[in-house]
Amino acid sequence: MEKQWAEMSSDEKQEALFQRWMAPKDSQGKDLKFQSPQTEKAYKGNITRIKDAIQMKKLPDRVPVFLCPSFFPAYYAGITPQESMYDYDKCCMAFKKFILDFKPDGHLGAYVPGTGKALEILDYKLYSWPGHGVSPDVSYQANEGEYMKANEYDALIDDPSNFFSNIYLPRVFGALEGFKMLPTLTGILEMYGVALNFIPFGLPPVQAAYKAFFEAGTEALKWIGAIGAWNDEILAAGFPIIVAGFTKAPFDVIGDTLRGTKGVMLDMYRQPDKLLEALDRLTPLMIKMGIGAAQTSGHPLVFMPLHKGADGFLSDAQFKKFYWPTFRKVMMGLIAEGVVPMPAAEGRWTTRLEVIQDLPKGKTLWMIDQSDIAKAKKTLGKVACMYGNVPSDLLVVGTPQKVKDYVKNLINTCAKGGGFIVSNGAFFDQAKAENVHAVVDTTKEYGVYK
Amino acid sequence: MAQDLVNTLADLKEQEAIKIVKDRLSAGEDPLKILGDARKGMEIVGKRFASSEYFIPDLVYSGEILKAVTEMVKPKLTKTTESKKLGKVVFGTVAGDIHDIGKDIVVFMLDVNGFEVHDLGVDIPAQKFVDKIKETGAPVVGLSGFLTLAFDSMKETVEAIKAAGLRDKVKVMIGGGQMSDEIKNYTGADAYGKDAMAGVSLAKKWIGAS
Repeated sequence: MEKQWAEMSSDEKQEALFQRWMAPKDSQGKDLKFQSPQTEKAYKGNITRIKDAIQMKKLPDRVPVFLCPSFFPAYYAGITPQESMYDYDKCCMAFKKFILDFKPDGHLGAYVPGTGKALEILDYKLYSWPGHGVSPDVSYQANEGEYMKANEYDALIDDPSNFFSNIYLPRVFGALEGFKMLPTLTGILEMYGVALNFIPFGLPPVQAAYKAFFEAGTEALKWIGAIGAWNDEILAAGFPIIVAGFTKAPFDVIGDTLRGTKGVMLDMYRQPDKLLEALDRLTPLMIKMGIGAAQTSGHPLVFMPLHKGADGFLSDAQFKKFYWPTFRKVMMGLIAEGVVPMPAAEGRWTTRLEVIQDLPKGKTLWMIDQSDIAKAKKTLGKVACMYGNVPSDLLVVGTPQKVKDYVKNLINTCAKGGGFIVSNGAFFDQAKAENVHAVVDTTKEYGVYK
Repeated sequence: MAQDLVNTLADLKEQEAIKIVKDRLSAGEDPLKILGDARKGMEIVGKRFASSEYFIPDLVYSGEILKAVTEMVKPKLTKTTESKKLGKVVFGTVAGDIHDIGKDIVVFMLDVNGFEVHDLGVDIPAQKFVDKIKETGAPVVGLSGFLTLAFDSMKETVEAIKAAGLRDKVKVMIGGGQMSDEIKNYTGADAYGKDAMAGVSLAKKWIGAS
């Protein structure tokens, strides 16, 4: 099998990953048992529809529809985001109700809430989450900060693993403070280095950090036990999960959670060469991360949340110099291994469309939020399938009729010739249920290719 | 030399700007004049941003240069003079939402355009907006929010302003991630500003300074 994989072309690899997605395993690694022949047919029909839209070779039977919520399923089921992060059964109940009630062709699973308990054990600083820094009834939110200092580029570039374990983890997780004392493991190359290098592992702060590590691991296992069973049930009911995992554009790795928005912006002026070097250093790591996610989950779509490349966040020249080259390299690296990168262009990316259309056809799947969708169709849309653009405000304050009109117009503008999937444009918390229904129902009714 | 500081700051030449300030300070120049020139440089930055010649990173960087200049000049200041302001604006990210990047940009642009901005910060309960409006008598209020949860927080804030009897004394603008004219109507605000420049235009219009 291994050798066979190495000999395949990227097209064949993509096809092989789609086939694996089409014949899913359950959480125990066995062939998934569908609820009925009908649900099996629905599952495979949904994936075929999505695949045809992505590959842009064949017209799908109709325009597919995704729903990509943030905490909407919790609100809809009458629980708080806090409950969905701490009570895994409640989380599963809410997300199951969401899938079964709205019946999208594709969805994100029940991964969004994650485990609040593990974050507590680790004393996570990078985000505030319900009950920890923000109120129990709202979504988690990132805390902007310089989690990597301006003078730490060399540490990151020289040895990323060591940077993450010894510098980044202790800063981002209060409970991992002791990892600052970890040795550089190259010291274990000779026998006399063993004893010396194991000394730190005997120290109380390091052992305390490992204790927190293990406890968080135990909690994460408990969580995935619940989520795994949920996945089995939802897949068996015919509803594919569209995302295998995630990776990021290197510029966002640095700009989101290492240097932060302000830090990365200043670095473009004050130390552009170091920034460029770090972006290059991170590129193969982000490719590896995406390929790993696809291989582990057994399906080809790997999510890439994009942030700092949006309109206005960089000049055109900065976008072309700092953001696009390594972002494109990551996508090309993924594509070579059969992975379908799924970049989410949050906010507006209208000024970037000309640049980002430089991609092979039928290999990527783009979430479009508030970009000019007609222009997107004429540029990026020529080479890539797009999903999204149904605005969050419409889902909250609109009416089903308004949503219906919007979706119809969207289909008229974008779906001709395939390569389009209807979906909300940004991950949503609040929404009127009837409006969410209107997104799915209008697509299923109006989106049929004749 | 005055013009040099204005231009080097406007052109984002950090090292040069700092050197000029150092030289002028050691030549015994009035620190207030230096600050005045820095301010003029920032006005040019604001104009270039408004005309899409500059982008957010340029604003952020200019802010850092100004901070460095101010820190150098501050110890030499014996008196402060308040430059004449166009008017007061109360600004903040509404309850439940802790995002500040967008808010900070609008506050920055209002500031360089001559407004006295009272920035309350993030996750601000409705009552705090009301209290600040009462305290400052500001005729313009800016509500920022990134998430959809902000829709209701904004609505509650506008209602609280109304309940305090201040609704006809202030104009309210909203802005941020998922905002729109629909949401403006939903919240009962007076206007939605698509970006920082729209926010400045609204404030100028309402204060009668445009």
